[in-house]
Amino acid sequence: MVPLAEIRVPARIENLHALIETITGCARQQGFDQKRIGEIDLSAEEALVNVISYAYGGGEGEVSVVCGLDDGGDLNVEISDSGAPFDILARDEPDTTSALDERQIGGLGIYLMKKLMDDVQYRRIEDRNVLTFRVLKKKD
Amino acid sequence: MEINTKKTGNILVVSLKGRMDAVSSPGFDGNLLEWTTAGENNFIIDLSALEYISSAGLRSLLSAAKQIKARDGKLMLSGLSGAVQEVFKLSGFYSIFQIFASETEALQSV
Repeated sequence: MVPLAEIRVPARIENLHALIETITGCARQQGFDQKRIGEIDLSAEEALVNVISYAYGGGEGEVSVVCGLDDGGDLNVEISDSGAPFDILARDEPDTTSALDERQIGGLGIYLMKKLMDDVQYRRIEDRNVLTFRVLKKKD
Repeated sequence: MEINTKKTGNILVVSLKGRMDAVSSPGFDGNLLEWTTAGENNFIIDLSALEYISSAGLRSLLSAAKQIKARDGKLMLSGLSGAVQEVFKLSGFYSIFQIFASETEALQSV
């Protein structure tokens, strides 16, 4: 992967915007339109909030973001942490149909990310959780 | 996110502007508690100037709808467009809210 940008900071909510902006900055640089950048923005937030909220179970740790271009020239965003193994893609589909009283929101963020990004993968590499999403380059 | 309110009759019109995300949504939750504690029961939340909403924002709106319903109050949403509209559709949120094209239409419905 040809790296475009990276950032490594404590996994805290006050760092969320800096993390997201690293990712949307890469997308902007690659010339994605405003709508697609909005979808990348949302997907980045959902993945990052998950790490910030759950990776370290209330303790401290870091989150890393690397974005770059793969061999095909598509944008790859890699978000990783060194928390306990946790495959967020394995959870059940969220509730998007029940009535107000029964409606639950759990899992909705990851569902949105899976819907909006072209490919989302989870891997456990050594002691790290690595979530990668890919955004296909614009067709000419 | 910027939050502005105005009172029209017995309805509190709340306008959200900017970005409703994991950073800003807790502020909205706090505001809602203040409004309901002050006795407000009927709300229009106008999203026409909202550019972005994530699942954290959806969580806040869902929680607001449940709290207001439990008080026998009324919650209407208005002015959804662009990315906000897309996220509402993907999440199946159109079926659980009363949604109007504009704040004016929401006001006319009561």
